[in-house]
Amino acid sequence: MHASHFFISAFIYLGAAVLLVPIAHRLGLGSVLGYLIGGALIGPFALGWVGGAQGEEAMHFAEFGVVIMLFMIGLELEPARLWRMRGPIFGLGGMQVLFTALAVVGIAMACGLGTKPAIATGMILALSSTAIVIQTLQEKALMRTDGGSDSFAVLLFQDISVIPMLAVFPLLAASGAKVEHHGWLQELPHWAQPLITLGAVVAIVIGGRFIVPRGFNILAKTGLRELLTAAALLLIVGVALLMTQVGLSPALGAFVAGVVLAGSHYRHELESNLEPFKGLLLGLFFLAVGASLDFSVIAGKPLLVAALVFALIALKAAVMFVIATLLKIRGSHRWLLSLALAQGGEFAFALLSMAMQQEILDAATARLLVAVVALSMAIAPLLFIIYERLIAPRYTAVSKEQRAPDRIDEHAPVILAGFGRFGNFVGRIMMSQGVKVTVLESDPDHVEMLRKFGFKVFYGDATRLDLLHAAGIEQACMLIIALADQAKVAQLIADVRERFPNLRIIARAHDYDHRVELMRLGLAAEDTVHEQMGSAQELAVRALRALGKPAYATERAARRWRRYDDQTFHLLLPVHDDDDAYASIVRERRVELTQLFEKDIAELPTDNDQAWEIGRAEET
Amino acid sequence: MPSVLVLYAHPAPHKSRINRRLAAAAREVEGVTFRDLYELYPDFLIDVETEQKLLSEHDVIVLQHPFYWYSAPSLVKEYLDLVLTYGWAYGEGGAALQGKILLQAISAGGSEEIYCTEGRNRFTIRQLLAPFDQTAFLCGMRYLAPHIVYSANQLADAASIQPLVDRYARLLKALRDETLPLEQAAAAHKINDLVPA
Repeated sequence: MHASHFFISAFIYLGAAVLLVPIAHRLGLGSVLGYLIGGALIGPFALGWVGGAQGEEAMHFAEFGVVIMLFMIGLELEPARLWRMRGPIFGLGGMQVLFTALAVVGIAMACGLGTKPAIATGMILALSSTAIVIQTLQEKALMRTDGGSDSFAVLLFQDISVIPMLAVFPLLAASGAKVEHHGWLQELPHWAQPLITLGAVVAIVIGGRFIVPRGFNILAKTGLRELLTAAALLLIVGVALLMTQVGLSPALGAFVAGVVLAGSHYRHELESNLEPFKGLLLGLFFLAVGASLDFSVIAGKPLLVAALVFALIALKAAVMFVIATLLKIRGSHRWLLSLALAQGGEFAFALLSMAMQQEILDAATARLLVAVVALSMAIAPLLFIIYERLIAPRYTAVSKEQRAPDRIDEHAPVILAGFGRFGNFVGRIMMSQGVKVTVLESDPDHVEMLRKFGFKVFYGDATRLDLLHAAGIEQACMLIIALADQAKVAQLIADVRERFPNLRIIARAHDYDHRVELMRLGLAAEDTVHEQMGSAQELAVRALRALGKPAYATERAARRWRRYDDQTFHLLLPVHDDDDAYASIVRERRVELTQLFEKDIAELPTDNDQAWEIGRAEET
Repeated sequence: MPSVLVLYAHPAPHKSRINRRLAAAAREVEGVTFRDLYELYPDFLIDVETEQKLLSEHDVIVLQHPFYWYSAPSLVKEYLDLVLTYGWAYGEGGAALQGKILLQAISAGGSEEIYCTEGRNRFTIRQLLAPFDQTAFLCGMRYLAPHIVYSANQLADAASIQPLVDRYARLLKALRDETLPLEQAAAAHKINDLVPA
């Protein structure tokens, strides 16, 4: 592609996103709909700024965004949790694909389609859009609800079921049609093909478990962050390449790789490195889907297209609703599941073009179906809005009492930045009191060692906001900053204050001046701790006791000194930048403190009736 | 209108069933200054000046605490040791607490039956509180019978605790509004039955 041409395309795509997504967001329509509308506007059938073969190219490229998304979903799902989901995946997902496909086949044949084209259509339309559904569920914070997690289970089964579908398609091809043989896999004997496929999955699991973490460890030690980003992308591209070679879905392979790496302490780092790529590519993908909306087909048979879109959505929602009812899924959960999955999916585009090539479907029907699927995808975000505005509110009053306990939130309520010489004491004391602490530490060796002792420690630079997001700062009730680097502490506080003004921050201060700086950044005095005060106090007490001073009285004297010192700090706070006033207060306080201690060490008063702190306790 | 100062002392509030609820109710009573001593002084480093100032500003002092080994948790003792100084609370020139009222709000594990001459504990709670009574006397204060929640360990459900919480709140209001029969309250074994309905 010519360079200037590339810039023009990039400008149009980015411009559409930057202009229309905020508008859609403002109107409460969600970002997905914004992208789709933007895409439709710039597409070949409206303004015609992008499109044609080049638009399809953009779509293929952007499908990589879906692959990254599945990888990141895998990262959130540890194998044990995935195993617990096996019921919904195969039960709910299996029934959805089977019954939807059968219903479509029945209707298609009733409309006069042949058996083979009808079967192909049924399989194609049974699929839903992983990209739209998951993006919208995440945006609306519905992913962790029962309805959201079951929707995800169904989508996962659909992704798995694409594999047999791809295998069945050539069998449906009209005799004499050219069936494309591509890849070296088909040239192998039949018994070897499944073995190679299985081998590829095993390779991902073993590589993800044993090789990838070591590789990341070596890269992390270089301290070059972009290398880790490059490695993360390399990993996903590699998996996608391997999967296409053996005839599996790249998204599915990426998902498996993600699940394998879910337990790794590089999880948060991977998430934060990939997040921008995922967001941009998914946006591009939705733009491309919008651009593929063929208004000429729609304009040619507007009523037919409208009827088919409505029928598709109604049928898919109805089938899901019936299955949910059979499986005793009730309430808003059943509605979310039915409405969320009622659209056609992005796989349908690939399968439809394949069906056209193999002459399973004639070109007119295939084009009609592409338009129907694309329109149903564009309408999908509206269904979520209907759910959110009309259906969910009806259930909230009831569900407050009847709702099962929420699934355990994996995000710990306290985030501890820095687990070095200082932070490790803080973390250990807090954990000993049963507080869940998510630790962020940037020294890979340190992380490795702590992981061995069973601590939940994540690798990464805590000053990166994206890493804090990945660590769950939205859900956290507190951020403890135990970093040694003062510049980083200041930056972290400023960033977090701006975005989460209500989050409690407690920070380690290097010295008096640093404490002042922290307080000027908005921290409360009691939330800043002089890092050496505690240990100096303890050492002084030990020394005094070694000199024969009584233990309890000395301990109290040291604490009193500490309190006095803190009062001085507060007195000095307003004059911190005024050297003369500062010096004069310091002098005054020193005199006062001297007097106080003179009183302490003065001879015991002869009077019997003094409180013991001053003289003797009431002992009568 | 007399002002009431509640000094609450519980070393393990997270394990408390009775005192925690009584404290929550006391905080809500208008005209009551509530101080949680263990929250204020986890290091036992009592700020004598502040505490003396608060004592002199109030007319009724309530020590609210569980009954530990026939007495108060140790921070209450530390408080009395340090805050009631010679020349301020008692002795020459010590008249800061003259005429004020002192009483205790206590939760005890044992039942009322075992706190009597014939019972296992051999004394009534009022008798066991003699050191506090005498402290008040020495400082020229009027010592009233304690508010007692007996069998605190057996009170598990909120339904049986709530009437006691309500009674405590009414007691504080009565002290604030001077509707308590003080003569009777000074002479009684416990103040429980004298609280206006």
